[in-house]
Amino acid sequence: MAIVETRGVTKVFKKGELGAVNDVDLVTHEGEFLVFLGPSGSGKTTLLRMIAGLETPTRGEILIGGQVVNHMTPRERRIAMVFQSYALYPHLTVRNNIAFPLKAQGVPRGLHKEKVEWAAGLLGIQRLLERKPRELSGGERQRVALARAIVREPSVFLLDEPLSNLDAKLRASAREELETFHRRIATTTIYVTHDQVEAMAMGDRVVVLHQGRVRQIGTPTEVYDDPADTFVATFLGSPPMNLLEHDHTIVGFRPEHLMPAEQARGTTVKLPLKVQNVEYLGADWIVYGLLEGGRFAGKPVRARLLDASGFRIGDLREFAVPEDRLRFFDRESEKKTAPKAMEWS
Amino acid sequence: MKPRVASRGIGLGIAMFAPAVLYIVALVGLPFVMAFLYAFGDVRIGSEGYNFVGLENFASVLESPSFRKALGNSFIFTISSQVLVLVGATILALALQSRFRGRGFVRFLILLPWVAPISLGAIGWKWILDSLYSVINWVLVALHLAKPFDAPMWLGEPKLAMLSVILVHTWRLLPFSTVIVLAGLTAIPRDIPEAAAVDGARFWRTLFQITLPMMRPILNVALLFGIIFTFTDMTVVYILTAGGPFDSTQVLPSLAFTTGILGGDLSAGAAISIFLVPILVVVAYGMLRVAHRSEVV
Repeated sequence: MAIVETRGVTKVFKKGELGAVNDVDLVTHEGEFLVFLGPSGSGKTTLLRMIAGLETPTRGEILIGGQVVNHMTPRERRIAMVFQSYALYPHLTVRNNIAFPLKAQGVPRGLHKEKVEWAAGLLGIQRLLERKPRELSGGERQRVALARAIVREPSVFLLDEPLSNLDAKLRASAREELETFHRRIATTTIYVTHDQVEAMAMGDRVVVLHQGRVRQIGTPTEVYDDPADTFVATFLGSPPMNLLEHDHTIVGFRPEHLMPAEQARGTTVKLPLKVQNVEYLGADWIVYGLLEGGRFAGKPVRARLLDASGFRIGDLREFAVPEDRLRFFDRESEKKTAPKAMEWS
Repeated sequence: MKPRVASRGIGLGIAMFAPAVLYIVALVGLPFVMAFLYAFGDVRIGSEGYNFVGLENFASVLESPSFRKALGNSFIFTISSQVLVLVGATILALALQSRFRGRGFVRFLILLPWVAPISLGAIGWKWILDSLYSVINWVLVALHLAKPFDAPMWLGEPKLAMLSVILVHTWRLLPFSTVIVLAGLTAIPRDIPEAAAVDGARFWRTLFQITLPMMRPILNVALLFGIIFTFTDMTVVYILTAGGPFDSTQVLPSLAFTTGILGGDLSAGAAISIFLVPILVVVAYGMLRVAHRSEVV
């Protein structure tokens, strides 16, 4: 087991262009499940590939277990990686796929069978051992890829969007399995995804990346409740945080905190709302509206309500946000700032 | 709408197919049938009429030492050149796959022997290997590796002559096989060799346990084409040595040509060339089976 650390890691693919990864500093905790979250092109996969040793950083250092590994081959880093495509060897049986890392790393032949069966047992794929990858379903392939990764007992696990090739139903159960799996093996794991639900559900901590830069590192609660900047605020949450510009400040609040005035407790900010659209999503409702009167008149906002069955398009409703739910950002830097007294009317 | 498209489709289809069918019937099908007729008859250039003689031609061909020598040579020629071509093409393809400055130009250079007319290429080689004017020997003499007037007779000594035709034929087939192998190599998803690297495999293990096995179908195709091109081809042999010295480089196609066309014994020539058919059918069938079985994903 090991801690992964990056110091000022930068990757520039083409000279003169903006780096795919820029000055990334981060340290994992021992045995942690760390998620790299970001939209496509945010550099999360490139960062992971540099940790794996599949790309060389243009600048900066990568450390695994306290040792600089920049010039080490993937083999020497003793990491395991699960690829988005799973990258199973199509001409080998599942058994030989799982045994491949053992052979490649010179594990004594006598131990192969036992280890392969241990890994297959851990993922419940013993009955698939003699099949070829093309005879497996998506979920089964993913398990084979995991078994192939776990079999050598790596110091670090790298997972590159392993759930993105599964259908929605399978994805939820595979996610839960991955969580259980991680709890059982307790190996430091870095997981790349663009799916905020996966990140929130699985991550001990989440690294939010955008344009190759780390925007925030924190527990799911921290990044969701206390976003470091407007990008994090709008990238996480569906629908995203409502943002209203006011002088040099941007004030934000989550749709679930914008509620009918009579439901809001404590000190609140009152916001009259003209209903534009109502969506029923099953478990909850989304109300789209324009603010009425005051400084922010005409600004669009979204509210998430447990019940909006009585709402009609065109209704004028009194809404409110508890004051402690307001978040403030600097308009220039878009970074979080201290709460401010605001003129709302 | 549909019927019109369909009827036009049929007419157009026939029109598009016709040249190919005509070409194959006139230049392949007809001569093939005629070769069969000749092989079972007594046809010589200038003779009139046709008498069926059964397997007599085959029997007499089989007894001739020239034929046995040519049959053996055909196998030596084909197998040696194909081994060299496959190994060479794999090495070249691996080299050409990695990115480097001027890769496009190197690819062009490697394709050149295939694009240039084979007779020109072979005549070039004939000069390079000539007994008097050989540039190779000139270099060897200049480097004091060979004595003047005692330099190797590349095309004049049986073993050297065989080596020469094999190497020149390899030179000629290499570009084609390289392109096929390169296509196969490019078709392997990048993830796979990367996964092998992460799994701890180094170059040779990745090559022999991952890359080459995944390329087996395409290597089979390259080999199948190579075998057929080699077994049925006489250009290199005919231009460089005309089968000599003393039949030492004679292969079945060149023997068939010498016997049937130059020697005038059409029936014997036909019988020799028909000997190739079952061999090639077996080769083609075997390779297609292997290719089918090892189809990946």
